[in-house]
Amino acid sequence: MIAAVRLRDLGLERGARVLFTGLSAQVAAGEALAVTGANGAGKTSLLRAVAGLLRPSQGEILFEGPADASEARHAHLHLLGHQDGLKGARTACEELLFQARWSGAGVDGALAAAERLGLTRQLSLEVRRLSAGQKRRLALARLVASPRALWLLDEPLAPLDAPGRALMGEVMAEHLAAGGLIMAAVHDPLPIAARVLEIAA
Amino acid sequence: MSALGVLFRREVSLAWGNGGGPLLAVGFLAAALTLFPLALGPAPGPLAAVAAGVAWVVLALATLLTLERLFERDFEDGALDLLALGAPPLEAVCAVKCLASWLVNGAPLALAAPLAAIALGEPARAAPLIFATALLGGLAFAFVGGAGAALALASRRGGLLTAVIVLPLIIPPVIFGGAAIAAYTGGLEWRTGLALLAAYALAAAALTPFAMAAACRNALG
Repeated sequence: MIAAVRLRDLGLERGARVLFTGLSAQVAAGEALAVTGANGAGKTSLLRAVAGLLRPSQGEILFEGPADASEARHAHLHLLGHQDGLKGARTACEELLFQARWSGAGVDGALAAAERLGLTRQLSLEVRRLSAGQKRRLALARLVASPRALWLLDEPLAPLDAPGRALMGEVMAEHLAAGGLIMAAVHDPLPIAARVLEIAA
Repeated sequence: MSALGVLFRREVSLAWGNGGGPLLAVGFLAAALTLFPLALGPAPGPLAAVAAGVAWVVLALATLLTLERLFERDFEDGALDLLALGAPPLEAVCAVKCLASWLVNGAPLALAAPLAAIALGEPARAAPLIFATALLGGLAFAFVGGAGAALALASRRGGLLTAVIVLPLIIPPVIFGGAAIAAYTGGLEWRTGLALLAAYALAAAALTPFAMAAACRNALG
């Protein structure tokens, strides 16, 4: 489990462009952090840096709890980018089972997660036949199926309709209540109580 | 089942279902080999002389075509993020992807290779050796080609770039495999060629996953 994530004096660059410097923040277990900022401010890059996919140009990212950052990233966090990582030609069931089991969940857990997210009837369909909101819920099912402490969500609400957003709020609230942490890049307010971290250009 | 087992099954299913899967590669092999009698003339003499070499070159090209999108689809749809953040190391992920591609595309191509070579005029008794060299060569092609596909990630001319990176690297297996078959049909010592081919394939399988993983990390970052 991750007890807290600390960003200390973090700076990120993409190519020659400096996204931000001197960013410090902290999320502890049970807390959600909404990362806001203009398009291109570096919200997605920040999440990818926490996931270890981008190397910060300065500062550091510290995980409290796991033995080291590598363990934290490979066993204790989920990254849900704005792409869902789903293959259009495969059925929703195949893709869900793969993503959930790859993340360490069992078949039962994956199917229960699909039910929790209201996808049971869509499981036999090809992913390409799902709407954007259904695809997003399918991708979220992996997070519900395989319990990992830190959720890094990039625009999690964007394609969801109002009931979908309400459901997402419930799922996120349950995750926080179970001691989870959430960092979400958002433009709209999150459906749960969250501290706001604004990235200024 | 372990995470890598789950990944292997997914890769096999993706490779199998992707636009005709191995049938397409075997079809390419057959179509490309048909061009040679048409271009060189139907006389059996010149065809038989080049049969093994031609079969090898076409096998290499057919494998290359199947590898072009090995990482690109996962990169484009975001699944590579998921694979990079899984419990198994990215090196193992890359190796599993190449092994699955070898099983789905390389093995059917290796089965088709003896037929193709015999049709061009190789003696039928060489068929087992042609199959063995094509199987080992396919392993080398899969891993070397995977490294090329990973290096070409995120470039706009991915397919062509993969070919330009990979073709020089598959010269050794083409030489060893072609030489082993030529030596066998000529009644000479052929085991050396086969042993060198096996050594190259195993070295490729052992070393290229590190290059693939580094290239994937670079493309993701």
